[in-house]
Amino acid sequence: MAVATQTVEETTPVKRRSPLAETWENLRRSWAGMLGLTLIVLHILIAATSPYWVPKDPLEMNAEIRTLPPSAEHLFGTDKLGRDVFSRSMLGGRVTLVVTLIAIAIATVWGGLLGIVLGLLNGRTDELIMRVVDALLSIPWLLLLLLIISVMGTKMWVQTLTFGFTYGILAIRVARAATLDFVTSEFVLAARARGERKRTIVLKELLPNVRDVLLVDGSMNWSWMLLAFTSLSFLGFGVTPPTPDWGFMVAKNRDILAIQPWAVFGPVIMLSTLIIGINLFADAFAKAIGLDRSQGAPV
Amino acid sequence: MSGCLVDIDNLTIGYYTQRGKLVYVLQGVSLQIKAGDTLGLVGESGCGKSTLGQAMMGYLRSGSQVLGGSVIFADQDMFSLNGRQLESIRGRQIALIPQNAGDALTPTLRVGNQIIEAIELNADISGVAAKERMIELLGQVRLPHPDVMAGRYPHELSGGQQQRVVVAMALAAEPDMLVLDEPTTGLDVTTQAHILNLLRDIVSEMGTAMMYISHDLGVIARVSDRVALMYAGEIVEDADAAEMFASPAHPYARGLLESIPRLALAGIPNSMPGQPPIPGTLPGCSFAPRCPFATDICTTDPPALEAIPGTPHLVRCYHWEDVIATDFSQELQQVFHTISHTTGDEPAIEISEVDISYHRPGLSDRLRGTPEPPATVSDVTLSVQCGETLAMVGESGSGKTTIVRTIAGLLPAKSGRIQFDDFDLTVDVDHRPMEICRNVQLIFQNPDASLNPRQNVAEILDQPLKLYFPEMTRDERRARQIELLERVRLDERYRLRYPGQMSGGEKQRVAIARAFAADPEVVLCDEVTSALDVSVQAAVLDLLADLQKERNTTYIFIAHDLAVVRAIADRVAVLYQGRLCEVGTVDEIYSPPYHPYTETLLGAVLIPDPDYEPKLLASDTPELAPPASGCAFQRRCPYCIGDICEQKTPPWQYTEGEAGHKIRCHIPIEELALLTKGQNHNQVVDLPAEDISPKLFMHSGSDMDASTSEPKAF
Repeated sequence: MAVATQTVEETTPVKRRSPLAETWENLRRSWAGMLGLTLIVLHILIAATSPYWVPKDPLEMNAEIRTLPPSAEHLFGTDKLGRDVFSRSMLGGRVTLVVTLIAIAIATVWGGLLGIVLGLLNGRTDELIMRVVDALLSIPWLLLLLLIISVMGTKMWVQTLTFGFTYGILAIRVARAATLDFVTSEFVLAARARGERKRTIVLKELLPNVRDVLLVDGSMNWSWMLLAFTSLSFLGFGVTPPTPDWGFMVAKNRDILAIQPWAVFGPVIMLSTLIIGINLFADAFAKAIGLDRSQGAPV
Repeated sequence: MSGCLVDIDNLTIGYYTQRGKLVYVLQGVSLQIKAGDTLGLVGESGCGKSTLGQAMMGYLRSGSQVLGGSVIFADQDMFSLNGRQLESIRGRQIALIPQNAGDALTPTLRVGNQIIEAIELNADISGVAAKERMIELLGQVRLPHPDVMAGRYPHELSGGQQQRVVVAMALAAEPDMLVLDEPTTGLDVTTQAHILNLLRDIVSEMGTAMMYISHDLGVIARVSDRVALMYAGEIVEDADAAEMFASPAHPYARGLLESIPRLALAGIPNSMPGQPPIPGTLPGCSFAPRCPFATDICTTDPPALEAIPGTPHLVRCYHWEDVIATDFSQELQQVFHTISHTTGDEPAIEISEVDISYHRPGLSDRLRGTPEPPATVSDVTLSVQCGETLAMVGESGSGKTTIVRTIAGLLPAKSGRIQFDDFDLTVDVDHRPMEICRNVQLIFQNPDASLNPRQNVAEILDQPLKLYFPEMTRDERRARQIELLERVRLDERYRLRYPGQMSGGEKQRVAIARAFAADPEVVLCDEVTSALDVSVQAAVLDLLADLQKERNTTYIFIAHDLAVVRAIADRVAVLYQGRLCEVGTVDEIYSPPYHPYTETLLGAVLIPDPDYEPKLLASDTPELAPPASGCAFQRRCPYCIGDICEQKTPPWQYTEGEAGHKIRCHIPIEELALLTKGQNHNQVVDLPAEDISPKLFMHSGSDMDASTSEPKAF
């Protein structure tokens, strides 16, 4: 006879992990991703602690020891003004990291949220704002950055907000495109049928699904932003001298490249290891979330 | 083994996970198919039937590997052949017909050219001869006007027509063997019945062997002489179709057959507890945890697939003698049960004269005064009593989902009223008071899509609770979640699971719990069981009936499966092209007099009985839009009586039933009763071809002119 009310018992034990925990599991198995993450963490640690352990005063000039090659005393040698290149290279990322990290967070948050909202509205407002976004994207980015910074000055908060604004425009497009995949899905339809407010739909239904895409895109953009900021410094619109900075160091020492290449190599190695690290990490992260967890990861 | 076209011997297939764990997909599968045999391979999702079908063609999914055994096709070991040797067999000697014909065709090539390609590749014919052969093949798969059809692109064909084209391609080289992987899943019942008839005829004409893979036992019964039943990567029973359906010897086969809703039996069928294990994870019989016959030996030693002495009937069970000892047909009568509920007197929802249209006239339409196309849903008047289950049935495109979404406030109605208490539900959901939203809840077809993959069960259930009961504290909500899970028979530990960590049935239970979290008066169920396996379907129907009984909830239940509707509905509304054809109680709908469309639908339903033949009344040619005037069903109606059907909207005619059974047709009720009287579903009606579909609606694309757009029915 029929057993109308049976209990569904657990037949196979399932590891209950949140999607985020599972992403981490996948990421941990990728050596490239872990190498990238190590490089990023190392750079952040160096930037945070270097003032306490660098061997020389990065600002101390000494005409007698100009353009020395690497030695035990000066690991990367000295620059034109006799300053220790190693110490300056270690410290040279501090401003860059602070500015770009805050800026990328701002960009991802405002661009991402606006993109999700536009994807959900998908009407005339969306159409209008997207055309403005297209117009802004058609301006060469370096020109746009230079324009804003030359008008507003090279203060750190101005630079942070400028980068946050311009890179947010890129995030809008990505977030909107990712959202469009989900707005027509039944779980969003179910939320709408319940009478949920738009805010809840954006934050509870859409954001968790778009979040991963935004994080991957944000980390890629971070590496582009680092390059952009270093370029600005190279052009003299970045960090105010004499504060050590990678871009500015390259700009000042490129004419002695033949005599003391390490004055350029130092900052370049630092910058490239960071960017390579970010790229390796972003790549592995994208793959880690690409494993379709909503379908259940392989047992 | 000689005399066998296909000899699969002890085939084991598995794959390694990223963590190096071995997962079996098939375990020691042995199967022989003789030339000209038709074998049905049945099983629920994940049992390995598609893997077996692909292995027969020498194909493995990437990552999978053959861990043992062999597949011999026409004396050749498929897994020891190289790429070129396989190419010379595939398509020529063995051909695959996949599930989704739309995906199998190239969208940018005309279908005729795609078939010619297959002919030139596999049949060594080219040029004019190939073209002639292509036209011949299109005729063979009974596509009307082969020369016109050949010039079409895949998107210009309906699902059924696409499937016919794919069949034509597979037949190009007259292969010895066809492998069909769920070729009719996703098609409407009438289309399915037509395609199955076609396949039966082709196979018997050409003497082709066939392996038909499906989860649907009704379909299997229709097309196969022999049936192999799979469970957790193993074949558990292999028998003659008549034998298998009349007296199944494996407990799983019995359970499965008992869980199918049937047209002839009222009530909800039996459900099977539990779910299948991952193949190769249990030391004994894979079915033992769910088996009512299981004894100690079942949990320790795996049974072998052995013949019932003196018969070719193979079964993998220690207790088959006990299983066949009870008479199956009697047992079947007993397992169907009804869960009674009381229906109130006042209506919960009254739909009156509702029109719904997707057409949004653009500026140029307005300026030019282009006439509006007929509305998608038109003149629907229906009332649902409190505590009642009203089912809406119809093929795809019948407007049932559209109506339900309008009730849910997701689509605007063009005109008419939908009365709920004192409120008109034609208002968009954003403008409804929260109390109204709370009382009308929606459950979707596919729980994979309707549950957010990034929320765990607790978060999913929390959302309606937070929204409708903002005064609840965290602890109260938690207690309520646990109570809701209990009501849908899930353990409270499920709170922390994500949708990806649950089976289909469990997910649908969560979706049901979410709808009931609101404590609604009306629940709209949109095909809630059609994405589930049959063994799970019955349990979900049971659950819905129980919940209805507890709270006197009103259901509006959409389904295309008439047997499921028979199991759960109190009253039924039959829709065609967004127009009502017939409304009545279940008993009235399922017995004459019928509306011609209802009769067509009922005639096409397949039941798990090899002797049963569906009754095909109308053609399966699709209609993309309702006709501008007259009866909606005029173009496919087998009894169309002429101009009146084309010009005048048919009147509602009432039968004697006190519950208001009504049929919308120009033919008087008495005549309708005569037309259908004495005909049971076992008889095929032969109608003159011209009568079946005098004017079929085809694509109005420019590549077709009106004179060629009248394909004959078959």
